[in-house]
Formats: sequence, structure tokens, C-alpha cells
Amino acid sequence: MARAITNRRKTINTAVAWAIGIAIFFPILWIFILSFKTEGNAIATPLKMFFSGWTLESYGLVMERSNYFRFFMNSVILAVGSTLLGLIIAVPAAWSMAFVPSKHTKNILMWMLSTKMLPPVGVLVPLVLLFNKLGLTDTHFGLVVVLTLINLPIIVWMLYTYFKEIPGEILEAARMDGAGLKEEVLYVLTPMAIPGMASTVLLNIILAWNEAFWTLNLTTTAAAPLTQFIASYSSPEGLFYAKLSAASIMAIAPILIMGWFSQKQLVRGLTFGAVK
Amino acid sequence: MATKHSRAAARLMISPAVLLLLGWMIVPLAMTLYFSFLRYNLLMPGMEEWTGLTNYEFFVTDPAFFTALLNTLLLVGGVLLITVIGGTLLALLLDQPMFGQGIVRILVIAPFFVMPTVSALVWKNMFLNPVNGLFAHIAGFMGLPAYDFLGQAPLASIIGIVAWQWLPFATLILLTAFQSLDQEQLEAAEMDGASALSRFWYIMLPHLARAITVVILIQTIFLLSIFAEILVTTNGGPGVASTNLTYLIYVQSLLQFDVGGGSAGGVIAIILANIVAIFLMRMIGKNLEA
Amino acid sequence: MGRIVLNKVRKSFGEVEVIPPLDLEIEDGEFVVFVGPSGCGKSTLLRLIAGLEDVSSGAIEIDGVNATSKRPSERGLAMVFQSYALYPHMSVKKNIAFPMKMAGMPVAEQEERIAAAAKALNLTDYLHRKPGQLSGGQRQRVAIGRAIVREPQAFLFDEPLSNLDAALRVNMRLEISELHQTLKTTMVYVTHDQVEAMTMADKIVVLRAGHIEQVGSPLELYRNPRNKFVAGFIGSPKMNFIEGERAASRGAHTIGIRPEHIDLSVDPVEGAIVGKIGVSEHLGSDTFAHVHCEGIGLMNVRVSGEADIHAGDTVYLQPQEHNLHRFGEDGLAITL
Repeated sequence: MARAITNRRKTINTAVAWAIGIAIFFPILWIFILSFKTEGNAIATPLKMFFSGWTLESYGLVMERSNYFRFFMNSVILAVGSTLLGLIIAVPAAWSMAFVPSKHTKNILMWMLSTKMLPPVGVLVPLVLLFNKLGLTDTHFGLVVVLTLINLPIIVWMLYTYFKEIPGEILEAARMDGAGLKEEVLYVLTPMAIPGMASTVLLNIILAWNEAFWTLNLTTTAAAPLTQFIASYSSPEGLFYAKLSAASIMAIAPILIMGWFSQKQLVRGLTFGAVK
Repeated sequence: MATKHSRAAARLMISPAVLLLLGWMIVPLAMTLYFSFLRYNLLMPGMEEWTGLTNYEFFVTDPAFFTALLNTLLLVGGVLLITVIGGTLLALLLDQPMFGQGIVRILVIAPFFVMPTVSALVWKNMFLNPVNGLFAHIAGFMGLPAYDFLGQAPLASIIGIVAWQWLPFATLILLTAFQSLDQEQLEAAEMDGASALSRFWYIMLPHLARAITVVILIQTIFLLSIFAEILVTTNGGPGVASTNLTYLIYVQSLLQFDVGGGSAGGVIAIILANIVAIFLMRMIGKNLEA
Repeated sequence: MGRIVLNKVRKSFGEVEVIPPLDLEIEDGEFVVFVGPSGCGKSTLLRLIAGLEDVSSGAIEIDGVNATSKRPSERGLAMVFQSYALYPHMSVKKNIAFPMKMAGMPVAEQEERIAAAAKALNLTDYLHRKPGQLSGGQRQRVAIGRAIVREPQAFLFDEPLSNLDAALRVNMRLEISELHQTLKTTMVYVTHDQVEAMTMADKIVVLRAGHIEQVGSPLELYRNPRNKFVAGFIGSPKMNFIEGERAASRGAHTIGIRPEHIDLSVDPVEGAIVGKIGVSEHLGSDTFAHVHCEGIGLMNVRVSGEADIHAGDTVYLQPQEHNLHRFGEDGLAITL
């Protein structure tokens, strides 16, 4: 509101908001602290634990013991692979729907969205059987394809809403200025679309990285990403707090940081453009 | 733009996406439907035979089905209640002027980016564990007996964990909606003599209605399929106390190898999800025209 | 040079015929304005000339060459869009350079032309800014700059002033007119504002529902509108129309009289139209009176200078007989 807010009120707002913010963030903060403790200190009473020594020991142990790096690489391959594949398929589709709309465009978009509504468990059985039969279970290729397909509607939608915001007149201006299709795409469309494509990529990497239904059910070891790695800590290893914390921090840190950077664009992607 | 040439190119460019999604939708769906009418158990290969609606009958009359259905509804309803009300209040708070708004935003949004298996495991072991969990420590500090959250109240605990993951989502979207509210409307209402409460009720809430609907519908789609959190924390137990429909189908088909029964469950899950989906599509479809 | 001829040009979107077959000739160096109410097809017509839309049938000839199936970039035309359509990621300089870069012009010559255009358009200090950092008028100038550096056969303007505020609009109107006088290049200009059409055009094309209602110089249209539509559209305030006995007595279905062609008197006059003033607008140079007349309705009257008339006054109106326009039942003007 365009008026002076009393400092007292602003201070109260600040105090309450920070208290709630820290409370919500606390579990992450907690494992962050625990990950720098020794196993012995980690299960000490909280007060004692907090003031004990800091160490990188747990990170070392996690790296050594459980092939963390392989799981991490699998996560990267699946997330990046499915996002790139999705982009290759979605960019032309979104482009044509945004710039050459036909009377079917809306129906196609809605139908694509509807495939996202299909509960994964409804097609779990056939997919597991198909994957076994085709030898795709626990392969990067199989998982990349599945993750691409489940996120494709979101990619198309996000790109569509971003492309739609590029005014048609600008592309026409380029054509009047003598640009052919190649120049139009290269000099005008791509530079204008890059911010939108970047946020699409970011959101999809986040979604693919955290996807935990198909990755848990279709992988075992060779292509298993971090979701599977963490699930393997279920018990009794989960009781080694320091190690679990270090493993968790390593699994979530990259995405947490990416998420923070892309939070503004996230809303649009997550709501299919219904809230901007 | 609208030349014949570009139309043909457009059709060509859109077809890979359409064909792939079509295949992805139709093939497994048809297989699920087909299997659901078969007696088909992976432990008894070669014994498949047509059984009509028997699988549905068994699945629906299984007492676990009713529990799972109820749990699914409780899980979805509970999380929605917490996240929508909490999210609205939190968004309202975050929309106020304060120091370090950006940092608070980052703190609040963080849980959404934590992968489900991590958040489930962390909550289970470090907070809810009756021996070494933080809550047990706090209880001990205050002289209270430790409470075995996952043993005594498994579903409520899972609702809590899932709500923690989704509260940021609701907050972020509702905050965005708040920020798009025209400040002059609020000032006009104030000039018209509306109190803070009536401004919230008559101006802000109607403005939020659409965002709230979107939050409810999108969360519902995801919450109906909650899986990893249950797998990691309780395995659906004790008994079936925290089994939802998704988990029940997983147990039936992949742990008990009953493909036919699992598929019948899958078809039921699809029907339930479709009911929600129809409302969601209407909402977004309207937006597409605007 | 920039002579543009449209020969039986027709455009339909699916079933809907937006522009029925239409002929038009635009002479080299002419400033032609397409004017008409929104939805009359004037922008579509411009886009057909530009090549941004395909014609459904008919031919477009530019500079004596059939350009019907040529792509926009091959027609040698430059266009200024309503939204200016500047490239937001390029600096002003790069925006202006873009068409020359596309044409593969040597960099030295590009620099020269950019400098000249920037000087002419007062953009020299802004060459390194992005469009987002410019005001509306400056953006408009950049769009014009981008058009002139190519030295096109003709300029196309699609409602270029509609996003500017009133004061700026008058300024830019003058600048575009001056530009035309300097360059002497054909300009085709689309607007819904008849004042822009009257002030800028050599030739006005009045369009309604894809049809050309009349083509002519501004004063031709003002003096001799061919039908009621043109008569009502050109001139401000609008022409008054009177039906019934008064019209019949002059051998017409409807008679039209412009507000400036009515003599107003506060003293009773034999045979005059009697009315009561509703609202009077005193501008100093002119006084506009909205007069409620019995049996006729509202009449707009313009009195030169400061007139001592006020709401509620009874006044006597006398249309100047030699400035009357007569229209038949079909709306067409009756020529004597």
C-alpha cells in the first residue's frame, strides 16, 4: 500500500514471519547441522549435540560406502536427459500452437494436460511388465523415456504460455525487415524465448529429480537415482543420523538451490499458467 | 503468420508430442483394463484366464479396500485443509511489509524442493522416532513420556509430513495471487468504510478464489498418488492403518504378484482421479480463453 | 517506384469474407490513409499489401511487378506496427540496424545510415539503450528509424499513434507528415481516427465492412461525401441528420448538415428549427451547443468564437441552404 507503515507494525510482521519461516525450514536446517557431526554426537541430546565439534567425516563416509556418486550421476542423467528429450519434442509443438493456432489447439492442450491426470498407479502393472519384457527395467533409457512422458505436458504448457507472450507483431516486423525463417528463429525468437525456456528446464529438472514413484518402481541398482539411494537408508541405517543427514543434504542441495533461483517462474509452471 | 505454408509445418511440428503422449496414454491403459478382467498372477504363469468382474469384486470387497479408500480421502482432505488454510494465512503474512522478506520466502519455500524419500526418512528418524527423535527429546526435557507417532498415529503423522511438503506450494501460489490484487481496490474498499476483516472477506478472498481452486485441484491430483512417503515411513502399517489406494495397489500387484487384482484397483484409481481431473480441466480451460 | 495497385483483391478467413473483391491504386509518393470504424478490414488490407496475410484471390502489384506471391521481405516495404514491435533484447542501434543486417549491407554504410536516422529522429543519445528504457514517443521514433534506413518503396503504418497520449500524438502526426515531405516516399497509413486522416492524407480511403465507401482528398470527402456513412464519419463534431417532412420538402429522404453550417440565433426567426440547449461547451475559439429540437432530436451546432448561450436557453437554428447534403432512401447522396 502506498503509505507509511508504522515501524512497530513492520517489526511485528518481521518477527512473526521469521519465526514461522525458520520453523518451516527447521527440519532442513537440522539435518544440515547434523551432517557436520560425528555419529556419537548426533544422537546426543540436542543441546549437547549443537555445541559439539564440527566435522566433514559423515560426508566422507557416505561417499565411500554407498556409491553415492553413481546414484548422483544417475539422478543427473535421468533429470537432464528427460528434460532435454522433453524440450526437443515440446519446443516445436509449443511453437506451432502458440504462433499458428488452429481451432484444435485448445483441445490438444487440454488433452495433453489430461494425460498428466492419469494416476501412475493405474498403469503401474502394465508398465512394469512391459519394462521387464523389453529389458528396459533399471536402464537409463527406459527411465528417461518415462520421465519425459510424464513431464511432457508440463513442458509443452510452460513453453506455450511463454511463447504466447512473444507478440506476433515482433515476428512480423522481423519478416518485414527481411528476415527469413532461419534468421527469425535465430535472431528474434530464440533470444526472446530463452528466459522462458530456462525456467521450463529448471522446473523440469526439479520435478524429474524428485520423482519418486517410477524411479522407485522401475529401478533397482544400475539406473537407480538418489530417491532410491535415500530409500535404502530406510532402516536400520537410518538410525545413523549423521550419515543419513549428510546423504540427504547431498541429495537435496542441488535442487534446493535451483529451486530458490527459479521460484518466481515456478508458480506459472506448476499451475499450467492458471496463476501468474 | 497465417499462411498455408506455416499451417502444414505447424501440424508436422506438433505430431511427435501428440503421438508419444497418445501411445503413453493408450497402451498401458488398454493393458490395465485388459488385465483387470483376467485371473493373472505372476506366481502362476500360464494360468491366465478370463474372469469377468471377479477381480473388481475381490478388490472392492476386500476390507483393506475400504480402509485404503478412507485413508486416501483422509490423507487428501487433511493435507488440503492444512495447506490451504495455512497457506492463505502465511501468504497474507508474507505479503505485508517486513524486513528480509526475500529470505523468509526462501525459507518457507524450501520443503517443496526436498525429494519425498528424504523428507519422509528425515521426519521418521530424526523427529518422530520415539527414542532418539527430536520430539522425544523435547518430551523428555519437559518430563512427558515419548509418543510413538508412526506406531500410534501413522496416518496423522504421514498427513503431517505431506502437509509440510505441500504447504510451500500453496503459500507460493496464493502469495502470487495476493500480489496480483489491485491495491486501488483495497484502498477503494477502505474509503467505503470496510474494516480489515471485511476487506479480507469481501475483496481478498474472492480474488483468491481462483488460485485456491487451482491449488486444491492440483494438490489433489498429486495427493491421490502419494506413495514414497508411505513406503519409506510405515510400509502402509501397522496392518493397513496407513495404506492408501496407491499403496494398496502396489502391494497387491508388485508384492503379491496379483496382476489382475492390481489392475482392477488401477482402473478404480483412474476413475477416482478422473472425477477430480474434470473439475481441474474446466478451471484451466476457462483460463485459456481469457 | 512506390506505385501500388490492388486488382480484385479478396480475403476470406474460412467462411467469413473480410474483404470482398476490391480495386485500388496508390500513386508513387502519395500519402494514403485507410480510415474506418474498427473491424472494417483496414488493417487486414494493409497486411495483405505487406504480405503478412495471403490474398484469397486477386493480385497486388508493387512498382509494376506482380508481388502477390512474394514474401514480405521481398516486397521492399517497411512497416511501423501499432505496438512498435521493437526487438526487446536488442539496443536501439541494433534494432535500427536489423533490416540492413538482414540485407547484408556493409557495416560502414549501416553505421552511416543509423547515424543519419538517429540525428533526424533525435535518437542519438539513446542508441545504446534497450527499448524497455524508452518512452512511448521514443519507441515510436525507433520504429520509424528502423523503417526509413532501408529506403523502402513504401512505408506501411498500422495505427502507429494509438498508443500515445493526446499531446504526443499531435507531435508525432506532424513529424510523420514532415518525414513524408522530406522523403517523398509512398506511405500507406491505417487509422480509425478521422482527424489523423484529414490532417495527414493526400488521399483518404474510407472503408466499411471491407468495402471502399469513397476515395478522395480530405476536402473532397468533406464537401462531397458520396453517402451517409462517409458524411457521418468525416468531420467533427458529426454531421446532423434530419429525416421526415423537412427532408421531403427538399426532395430527399434524409438531409445532412454539419454543425458549422448552422446559423444559431437567440431571437425568434421565421421558419427556423426551435430547440433548447442541453449542454454548451465553451472553448473560447468555438462554442459547441447540444440542442434538443422538437420532432428532430439532438442537433450539434458550432458557433465561432465566444457565444453567450447557456443550458436551458431557447434557440433558433437555420441550416445554411447551400451547405445541405441530400441523401436518398438507399443512403446515397443525391446530386443536383
